[in-house]
Amino acid sequence: MSLLQLDNLSVTFGKFRAVDNISYKVEEGEVLGIVGESGSGKSVSSLAIMGLIDFPGKVTADQLSFDGKDLQAMPEKQRRKLTGSDIAMIFQDPMTSLNPCFTVGYQIIEALKTHQGGSKKELKKRAVELLTQVGIPAPESRLDNYPHQLSGGMSQRVMIAMAIACNPRLLVADEPTTALDVTIQAQIIDLLIELQRKKKMGLVLITHDLALVAEVAHRVIVMYAGQIVESGPAAEVFSTPRHPYTQALLASLPESASGKARLDALPGVVPGQYDRPQGCLLSPRCPYATDHCRKEEPENQGSLNRQVKCHTPLDTQGRPAA
Amino acid sequence: MSKTNVADSALILKAEGLKQHYHVKQGMFKPEAVVKAVDGVSFNLEKGKTLAVVGESGCGKSTLGRMLTMIETPTDGQLGYLGQNLLTLSKSAQTKLRQKIQIIFQNPYGSLNPRKKIGSILEEPLVINTDLPKADRKAKAISMMEKVGLKAEHYDRYPHMFSGGQRQRIAIARGLMLDPHVIVADEPVSALDVSVQAQVLNLMMDLQEEFGLSYVFISHDLSVVEHIADDVMVMYLGKVVEQGTCEQLFDNPKHPYTLALLSSTPQLSPEKRRLRIKLEGELPSPLNPPSGCAFHGRCRFANERCKSETPVLKLDSYDESEQGHLIACHAVEEDRINLAEEVA
Amino acid sequence: MTIQSEAQSAQSNSETPMVENMAPAPRTPLREFWHYFSSNKGAVAGLAFIILICFLAVFANVVAPHSPSDQVRDAFLLPPAWLDGGNWSYILGTDDVGRDILSRLIYGARLSLAVGALAVTLSLVLGILLGLVAGYFKGVIDIVIMRLVDIMLAMPSLLLAIAVVAILGPSIFNAALAISIVSLPNYVRLTRAATLSEMSRDYVTSSRVIGASPLRLMFICILPNCLAPLIVQATMGFSSAILDLAALGFLGLGAQPPTPEWGSMLANALQFVQRAWWVVTFPGLMILITVLAFNLMGDGLRDALDPKLKQ
Repeated sequence: MSLLQLDNLSVTFGKFRAVDNISYKVEEGEVLGIVGESGSGKSVSSLAIMGLIDFPGKVTADQLSFDGKDLQAMPEKQRRKLTGSDIAMIFQDPMTSLNPCFTVGYQIIEALKTHQGGSKKELKKRAVELLTQVGIPAPESRLDNYPHQLSGGMSQRVMIAMAIACNPRLLVADEPTTALDVTIQAQIIDLLIELQRKKKMGLVLITHDLALVAEVAHRVIVMYAGQIVESGPAAEVFSTPRHPYTQALLASLPESASGKARLDALPGVVPGQYDRPQGCLLSPRCPYATDHCRKEEPENQGSLNRQVKCHTPLDTQGRPAA
Repeated sequence: MSKTNVADSALILKAEGLKQHYHVKQGMFKPEAVVKAVDGVSFNLEKGKTLAVVGESGCGKSTLGRMLTMIETPTDGQLGYLGQNLLTLSKSAQTKLRQKIQIIFQNPYGSLNPRKKIGSILEEPLVINTDLPKADRKAKAISMMEKVGLKAEHYDRYPHMFSGGQRQRIAIARGLMLDPHVIVADEPVSALDVSVQAQVLNLMMDLQEEFGLSYVFISHDLSVVEHIADDVMVMYLGKVVEQGTCEQLFDNPKHPYTLALLSSTPQLSPEKRRLRIKLEGELPSPLNPPSGCAFHGRCRFANERCKSETPVLKLDSYDESEQGHLIACHAVEEDRINLAEEVA
Repeated sequence: MTIQSEAQSAQSNSETPMVENMAPAPRTPLREFWHYFSSNKGAVAGLAFIILICFLAVFANVVAPHSPSDQVRDAFLLPPAWLDGGNWSYILGTDDVGRDILSRLIYGARLSLAVGALAVTLSLVLGILLGLVAGYFKGVIDIVIMRLVDIMLAMPSLLLAIAVVAILGPSIFNAALAISIVSLPNYVRLTRAATLSEMSRDYVTSSRVIGASPLRLMFICILPNCLAPLIVQATMGFSSAILDLAALGFLGLGAQPPTPEWGSMLANALQFVQRAWWVVTFPGLMILITVLAFNLMGDGLRDALDPKLKQ
């Protein structure tokens, strides 16, 4: 049984489909990378899993289950209990994810209290233990710090400590390092992967940084305008992309351009609420688009392990199939 | 050294020992602290070249950019523009030369006045600095919009109607309105998505070719820097730790901090991944910088000398083939760095 | 695609053929403003009432059935028309010297709005000037201006207004002056705060780099971006000006008889409140509804102009 399973999950805000019929699975101990540009719906889909979509957003899914338990059928209270203990989430901006009015220790202990309980002394001991686990030096004295006294990297470590406080089985990390410097990013990613291996958690890593996903993820999902356009084992997707969008994304990275040539930029931007094209959503920007692409939306092709949503998926040479 | 022999005509911008020290009050009874945001930066920028300034947040790279555009006056040092020292010129002469060094900011949402139309944003530099009649200004604005890939009908729209990439195009167009020679680009693509980032980088390189622009490209993203830069300067806590051509820095990095930066940057292709040199700890507080080499607390090659003596920027004496590759590190000087040992 | 970009893409295949990608459908700021404003029903009702009052005030001499100072000898304290003894030519009744209340209310609107507008304009202009200067130059100038403002805020506003009127002598104009002085601190602080936050934005810096003068920066670059909160404050200030004017009038320090003014109408009729409720009720209601309308509209304006509340 998969740890997390989504079937045809959609999130709509009024007429706008932020997430459009996506399906994927996360297995225990697996690192799943979700990449896409801003507006691709990658964050919204994770918020939907956590049950954090507020009015006027609307979540629908054929299946949304965690460890075989249907999250949609579950009463609100039970679901809240599950998210936070079994499913935890880390957000992009560590500086605003902590409440500036309370000390770090108070916030960690509060999180522990709601999900586990115990005496004050035990909770404090556990908090120190957690801070040690996430590599914060002098954890006892850090407990009395306020968030503004911590650097960005430290705050993110505290957020991770709070997330793993209840030994979650699935950790959703939404751009966990985007706000941090490269050397700190490396530290945080190393920490996340180390914790993930030790605790055999499932980790969903949402990011716009393709290289980061290429380094750490087992499988990767590429999202575009609310849809999954390609998914598969990370190494395979990045070495031989089958969807023109994945190919274009990879080509637009400066490190893909050898020498001082121009970058192969994909023209235009992700379609928004008012300019969603007919047919394949990439068709206005796709170099291979045909009239067929502009009229009809493509179906998913390929095996469950390696899917691509394109009429003419690319072959190993990176050319569209005839 | 090769750098000083370059023909003067090609040299556009020359900085020597630029410093920006801030005095910070720490409360009633404590003495004033001095924050050395930028502490002695020197470089030469030639026509049509790109100098990249690399470093993590708080290393002083943005302050450097603000000094080059004279938003802030350096506390010490010289800034030469085509042979004239910008800092000692009269106010009026300064204003005139100032037009030739423009700046582009990171956040395309904050750098355009939200209450003005694109047309008047682009024409503002001309209104202030020239006597061009209205029709000429409009013509110039529209031709510049077309150069950066915008349509003429965007002239009457407001900034909030544009996407991030388009706004950055507008910001670039505005920077070019006064025909500058130098553009200081402060993280111009950091806020953009990869595909849009590529569009903007291409645009910047096209414009460089067309107008013979020189760029001071401030960035934390090493892969972007490797792509666009001719020369690179790595900064740590206000000081330059390594300086050289793009090839020197990326193919033969020497300073332990540069090595750590490079190895921390995620790489797409497995072959390119380097041995991860894990940096302990974080950037020290600039209010209370470490003695000696500022990097010694996080550096695995540090010894007693690093703790007490500040290293100066100089050529690597063990590698004489490398012209103009400057490093500020005792360990490199003493040839104590052995990465092969690290692997084992 | 334009010719220019066609040429570019021919030269190097990858320059962007611009895909039409304006984020939301382009809306002019005004239309966008109306979209948000009109979704607030209370604000629209407030606006409607204010327009009505303005109309009445401007065309008072056409609309009002009687002259506001005509004293009708045989109609003292006539009740409203729908009550026993009422007369349809005096719809809201008459006061103790036989003047038509409706007409006096209509003419009173003229006065209240004029004084409100005068007071708000005065304090807005002065407040913006002082606030911009304080926020832009910072340092000593800022400290001096802000401490003066603090001193003004330390005094009860009505008391301060009474003191000002007492010094200058009671008249409508002096009352307006007093009200604008009293409300000045709000505008100064608001402008200063907005200026400070705008000053740190990149677009101000880039205007400085191209050599904009301080005056240009202050009034052309920064000021338009500070206007939203000021407009809201001015609307709310209108209502408090009307209220203050009524209070001063009630105390006999505002409009002098026989000028029709809502506050002094209340004050003069106080002795008859037992036997003729209408002489106090209608001016009171008028003040209440007008103030409410301005506050509702101010709320709506704040919602519509504050980008943080937008989706």
